[in-house]
Amino acid sequence: MSAYATIAFDAAKCDGCGKCMSACSIQKVGADDTARSRIQIGGSADAGFELALCRQCGDPRCVAVCPAGALSKDGASGVIGWDATKCVDCLLCTVGCAYAGIALDAEAGHVAKCDMCAGAPACVPACPTGALRHVTTARIYNEVGHWEDLFAPGLAGCQGCNTELLMRHTLRRAGPDTVLATPPGCVPGMGSVGFNGTTGTKVPVFHPLLTNTAAMLAGIKRQYERKGREVLAMAIAGDGGASDVGFQSLSGAAERNERIFFMVVDNEGYMNTGMQRSSCTPYGAWTSTTPVGVGKGPAGMPSQGKTQDAKNLPLIMVNHRCEYVATASTAYMEDLYDKLDKAIAASKRGFAYLHVYSPCTTGWRFPTDQNMEVARKAVETNFVTLWEYTPQEGLSFTRRIDQPLPVTEYLKAMGRFRHLSNDQISHIQSKVVENLAFVKQLAQVAKV
Amino acid sequence: MPNTKYLVVGSSHAALEAVQAIRMHDSEGSLTLLTRDSHLPYSPTVLPYVVSGRSAPNAVALRDDAYFTQHKVDFVRGKAVKSLHADRNAVELDDGSEIAYERLLLATGASPAIPPIEGIGSVSYHVLRTLDDATKLNAAMKQAKQAVVMGAGLVGMHAAENLVKAGVPVTIVEMAKQLTDGYFDATAAGLIEKAFTDNGAKILTGSRVVKLAPSSLGATLTLDSGATLEADLLLVATGVRANIGFLNGSGALVAHDRGILVDETMQTSAANVWAAGDVAQAKGFFSEDKVMNAILPDAAEQGRIAGQAMVGDPGLRRYPGGIPLNTYHFFGRHAISVGSSKVPEGGEVFTRFDEASGRYLKAIFLDGRLRGIYGVNEFFDGGVMCQLILRGTDLTPVKERFLAEPMKVGRELMSKLWR
Repeated sequence: MSAYATIAFDAAKCDGCGKCMSACSIQKVGADDTARSRIQIGGSADAGFELALCRQCGDPRCVAVCPAGALSKDGASGVIGWDATKCVDCLLCTVGCAYAGIALDAEAGHVAKCDMCAGAPACVPACPTGALRHVTTARIYNEVGHWEDLFAPGLAGCQGCNTELLMRHTLRRAGPDTVLATPPGCVPGMGSVGFNGTTGTKVPVFHPLLTNTAAMLAGIKRQYERKGREVLAMAIAGDGGASDVGFQSLSGAAERNERIFFMVVDNEGYMNTGMQRSSCTPYGAWTSTTPVGVGKGPAGMPSQGKTQDAKNLPLIMVNHRCEYVATASTAYMEDLYDKLDKAIAASKRGFAYLHVYSPCTTGWRFPTDQNMEVARKAVETNFVTLWEYTPQEGLSFTRRIDQPLPVTEYLKAMGRFRHLSNDQISHIQSKVVENLAFVKQLAQVAKV
Repeated sequence: MPNTKYLVVGSSHAALEAVQAIRMHDSEGSLTLLTRDSHLPYSPTVLPYVVSGRSAPNAVALRDDAYFTQHKVDFVRGKAVKSLHADRNAVELDDGSEIAYERLLLATGASPAIPPIEGIGSVSYHVLRTLDDATKLNAAMKQAKQAVVMGAGLVGMHAAENLVKAGVPVTIVEMAKQLTDGYFDATAAGLIEKAFTDNGAKILTGSRVVKLAPSSLGATLTLDSGATLEADLLLVATGVRANIGFLNGSGALVAHDRGILVDETMQTSAANVWAAGDVAQAKGFFSEDKVMNAILPDAAEQGRIAGQAMVGDPGLRRYPGGIPLNTYHFFGRHAISVGSSKVPEGGEVFTRFDEASGRYLKAIFLDGRLRGIYGVNEFFDGGVMCQLILRGTDLTPVKERFLAEPMKVGRELMSKLWR
């Protein structure tokens, strides 16, 4: 099985300019004739623009109803190909397709359909508004899908949690020569340390205290080195275990430049133990220890969520001048994979730190099918920024958001911010601007 | 007695889709695909193009041996089912052997219905349902001097066009008052008829052959008008009949009418027996009555549902009922029909005809919802129209635009509905 690249259409961004259709027809029939384009944009500015394009279906009806064997799905590329020598022009495929993805090219006298231009669709670069995207994330699956999954099946995460995805991908990438530390938090709660005397991983795993994770892991790594064995010593910790009670051992290991890889799964609180606030919990957020509308806040006001701003742990790690520091999000897996590669490589030389923002379905209170969307909104609003740092290159953004959405687009996606007053929202928006400016300044420093 | 978990009888669209559906859910269970045909699977719909020579007989296979090997399908060809013994989950083949099954799909299709005309047994004639029929007709066409086609359905019309293009004088004899009756209305049929007569074919609608007799050329046909026709190539294309002869042993267990009666998961009245495709008689979309809807897209749909039901796929969605869908290419023009041609009580009919371009559109609505749409030389996406009918989408707000530009407006609606 392969996963496939696809052309995605965002109707909200389409202005109906038709440049995709021109590009397609020029590419396919050598003339700017939008009627012959295999991508068709319909609709209007008032009613919204609409798309007719082959979906390259997994279970294609056009293929099933072709009497001549002229249509077939290519297992490697995913493209449904049309064989002119077999086609009998019966048009039954156009009856089979419910998307208008294969239609009559009257001038040619045959049906025509999108063939993804052999992997470089001409329509996508022609789109000036970004309404069309060539989504190639499938290459990750094709590349790593057959690598060994080093977590046991059936991790006990909350419904909709992205951490299982993160754990499996990370361990698969890290490979079998790994020793894993998972301090108290959601990760062991989901089963990494296992049940009834068997672990949930297929690599050695241990369960340090919250306070000593980095110290223990550093010691274990040194012992392996002494024995002459090259292993990846890796921690997957929560934000509480890293930024609060575990911070001194983390900071110490980073300062000593221990050759370990420390990953923080930041769900902005102690979600595993009942959703208490951590130093990474953002201002205004509801948690079970920063409740809403109960008791009195410090200024004599009813309590309205957390009253302090979040600690920016990854920036603090930059100030340790680690071998590698980066932030990542499961909404951007290609970016995450690049950073995993770099962090693992850097951990052979010194301390590598990767901070992954991880929306918490249960603690942040959003529908279970929205995890990726919430993660994406965090980035699109600049609520979190994706960047990486090395001592040689300094800090640089890996995903610049030139036209950020207002932070309310992020806040309204979940229940923990539902109570916010306008003043609180203004505060958060101003912090987003300030944090971005701060990171930008660091990026400037790098260029000196 | 050999036994198999899944036995699929037949090897065209319904059978092949069922195999695919079974293998989506059960990649290992023993699966036998049995056909009386001696070739790799092919579609009866492609046969007119084999007759014309456009498709080579060895290039029309829908699956090859590699597919069957890869999917662990035991493909048995050249063996027909003589009797079904549904009481003991076994079929008896024409060579006397038996195969036991756990689940059986009957996708045995249909055969040409030969009208009981006096003397029909005394003359030689062609039919067109199998690949062998097509290669025979292709060879005969090259020698023919005078051809007669009985029946002006899509099979007869396709063959007649081939004969015209091969330079053979052709006469089409059709009982009904118009060509392609049941597919297209009189206006559309008129356009089709004109294309044929312009190209030299003779068309006798409202005519019946009452007698056939051998002659020095080949056959003499006597019509109900008393006129006679001579032919050295006679094609009988007067419809099809479901292949259900093997029910003799299980007639009481497997309820049947014109075809094998099936429910919304294509199951027959017998335990462990399903039927799909041209042999099945399932509910229609426009009425609960069970109908024969012997068209390719419906065969594929029914086959898939049957396969899913046989394998216990929880993704199964019940059959919504057959919707007639036909496409027809003739002399470089095309006709598409989707949905019911009948105008229901309270229904509205819209037609648009441009005589100069020969573009014709007809749409039938009930309560603002599309029931059927037909076009000649007016391309629209049949699959989209079918969805609009299935979903009962209210087209009242866009009806004027829809009738003016059915393709464009259909696409807009569908794109919105999918989002």
